[in-house]
Amino acid sequence: MPPKVAAIVEAIKGIDDRQERIEALISLANKFREVPLDIASRPYPQSNKVPSCESQAYVFVAKLESGGYDIHFAVENPQGVSAKALAALLQQASGSCSEEILAINEEIVYDIFGRELSMGKSAGLTEMIRTVKALLKTT
Amino acid sequence: MSSAIESRGYVTPDALVSTDWVAEHLADPSVRIIESNEDLLLYPSGHIPGAVEVDWTRDLNDQVTRDYIDSEQFGALMSKIGVSPETTVVFYGDRNNWWAAYALWVFSLFGHYNAKIMDGGRLKWVNEDREMTTDVPTYQPTSYTPVPRDDTSNRAFRDEVVLHSRMRNVLIDVRSPEEFSGERLHMPDFPNEGALRGGHIPGAANVPWAKAVNPSDGTFKPYAELMELYGGYGPDEDVVVYCRIGERSSHTWFVLKFLLGFPNVRNYDGSWTEWGNSVGLPIEK
Repeated sequence: MPPKVAAIVEAIKGIDDRQERIEALISLANKFREVPLDIASRPYPQSNKVPSCESQAYVFVAKLESGGYDIHFAVENPQGVSAKALAALLQQASGSCSEEILAINEEIVYDIFGRELSMGKSAGLTEMIRTVKALLKTT
Repeated sequence: MSSAIESRGYVTPDALVSTDWVAEHLADPSVRIIESNEDLLLYPSGHIPGAVEVDWTRDLNDQVTRDYIDSEQFGALMSKIGVSPETTVVFYGDRNNWWAAYALWVFSLFGHYNAKIMDGGRLKWVNEDREMTTDVPTYQPTSYTPVPRDDTSNRAFRDEVVLHSRMRNVLIDVRSPEEFSGERLHMPDFPNEGALRGGHIPGAANVPWAKAVNPSDGTFKPYAELMELYGGYGPDEDVVVYCRIGERSSHTWFVLKFLLGFPNVRNYDGSWTEWGNSVGLPIEK
């Protein structure tokens, strides 16, 4: 897993207090930056849409000259705070090689959001990771 | 309430209030606005000014037993959020008020019927560019005398549903058609949550819960359209609704009970996760 992603996951995972964890996740969501226009613009292609995601998230993967990859997201639902938090986390993998990105385990969703995550939320969030991996393989 | 809501012909139109109504009552001490969401990050990241949060897992569920809080815990919760038995509570939330309806249903178990839903929910408020805040309000604790939880009027248990099904009384499964048919054990595209068998309770009809709302803005459909949706059922029927764990069916319970005026509607919160895993219970596909 990319070291920056691993470090953030470990930091949030270590927060026992529910309210503190929520604040940490909101702080992460506030760091979210939408996909730049030179990468993608609306209407975003359906092929980049994350399935099952209530937040209407889109993923874009771009290959860098260095051989690594940049990861970008759009989150179209104004209520998509959780999706933005996870997107901001996954964006930290930008610049990493494919092996590192593919090593991101879906379990990190539960590590940072906790086990009390509802069925719907966990589905949408884990699909964000799956979509990153799927696009990576075709980029 | 607004004239738009009144014009829709509901049996109990004041079970709903508009976003305008809420905006006009933000400082009304007799009204408490309550946000209930699926997404735990939403309320802390912004909510209607003065609104408190009631979280379905933390505040309404017993933390050990699969059950709801007891009357003492309910009284403590009401005291904490400054609600007295006379307070009008107005629920709103994400996902077309799915969780707001669930919270309202739990409140009904404790006889707090002075409760309404904000039509269109959180997204409608946000899309109308109305004021939001991250300030968490505190209210003077109230003295809320707890009443015993009533598990008979609005709630159905497994053995009652067995009899209900056997008697071929009205049973409405509000899950997706794929879950109803047994093709899926969970919502479309959602992960499996552990029901061993797919299908539905014998005799159940399938009316997915979300059909009761307008997809464009999350508001409830008018009476005539809802009656068409639940066509064939008379208001005097004994009705049980269910889904997977009783949350989606709370939404349908609200529609049948208040908007269509069916007096005898109960929510089977054990729902498919109980029925589909139970030894000795029949299913249909």
